Amino acid sequence: MEHIELFFKSIFIDNMIFATFLGMCSYLAVSKKVATAVGLGAAVIFVLAITVPLNWLLDVYLLKDGALAWLGPEYAEYDLSFLSFIMFIATIATMVQLVEIIVEKFAPSLYNSLGIFLPLIAVNCAILGGSLFMQSREIQTLGLAFNYGVSSGIGWFLAILAIAAIREKIRYSNVPAPLRGLGITFIITGLMAIGFMSFGGMLTGGDEEKTTEQTVVVETTQQKVEITKEAIDIAKNEKEIKE
Amino acid sequence: MGLLSKKDIKLITDPLADNNPISVQVLGICSALAVTAELKPSIVMAISVMFVLAMGNTVISLIRNIIPPKIRIIVQLVVVATLVIIVDQILKAFAYELSKQLSVFVGLIITNCIIMGRFEAFALANNPWRSFLDGIGNSAGYGIILIIVAFFRELLGSGSLLGFKVLGDSIEKTGVYAYGYENNGFMLLAPMALITIGIIIWVQRSRNIALIEN
Repeated sequence: MEHIELFFKSIFIDNMIFATFLGMCSYLAVSKKVATAVGLGAAVIFVLAITVPLNWLLDVYLLKDGALAWLGPEYAEYDLSFLSFIMFIATIATMVQLVEIIVEKFAPSLYNSLGIFLPLIAVNCAILGGSLFMQSREIQTLGLAFNYGVSSGIGWFLAILAIAAIREKIRYSNVPAPLRGLGITFIITGLMAIGFMSFGGMLTGGDEEKTTEQTVVVETTQQKVEITKEAIDIAKNEKEIKE
Repeated sequence: MGLLSKKDIKLITDPLADNNPISVQVLGICSALAVTAELKPSIVMAISVMFVLAMGNTVISLIRNIIPPKIRIIVQLVVVATLVIIVDQILKAFAYELSKQLSVFVGLIITNCIIMGRFEAFALANNPWRSFLDGIGNSAGYGIILIIVAFFRELLGSGSLLGFKVLGDSIEKTGVYAYGYENNGFMLLAPMALITIGIIIWVQRSRNIALIEN
């Protein structure tokens, strides 16, 4: 099931923070308390869930090589992919503005605690990175794009939740003075990333699949050889008959 | 008073150590970690960021008095996006293999916090020449950290620098490998970049006590 595989792959194996380091700036800045971290994580999931499918539509129907074919056959040669950056960032900025208005109306306390970081989601590498990875990995359908947006957001949310919880706990630990704050956060994130690498074998299955594949390949080539031999014999017989 | 006064030189030298964008201002971390597995992409990334930041700072500073405050961020985004598109197209044209290696991280220069951060903190309030120098200084500070991390990761991870095998040949067992040394493949993986920067911060803050947080 493609959807389930993409879902778990984007949360654990291609985790936005631990595998590709997207969104580190706000990750480091907002992770001092669990409550604000949860708020920012939820906002990131929401923004990713909206912008990745929207940018997918833009990419497939406007920007890709040959995307404009629906307008008419004379437009089928156009390749507007060099405009991707500016179109994606425009969509993202608009959507974030929308999210800001909604949050201000329905959750004013969250709005106040997030402060400047809510508009800063627009320039969060994670959001633009989600759209760019969606484009470079050539995600095939709108449903998969939405799936990818939500699951990468959940992966980011997991990461910031974990580091905020750990930072709260180590506030009274005996960290060496030069490492306090930023330094130890980097090292802890590195260790968590090593931990997340353990998920790498999760979706690739075991070794038995590989060996059965190999035997099938060998059989078909043998069959091919036999069939070509038969064909050569038949051709020879035909020649003899003609003569 | 020449073209570069003492205050101007400080604009370039401060971000190299005391006000380093990565280790002190905590900006621009995303790409600093992702592209540093080898030295060559890191140098190209640093040069790209230098171009975008210096040019962007100058442009924003030139139009700083006519930008309406409400659409400030959008104007900044448009300027950065245009410059990054230029950089991306140049890379695709003249260094295609490298641009494939850097993949989406060239595009992510748009959201590189250093650029927006310097626009807001400096370019909007200073004249174009000083903004240009500030751009050069901050991108140089960013570049230094990138090069240091990439230097150690490539040297310890693949025994080479810029593609040249400097420690000997690991298959023929010449050079250092003859004594039993093996490449530490772990350094090429993502988490080690984080830990390397953590160590750089440790060293930097031990030497400059004023930077230690409470």
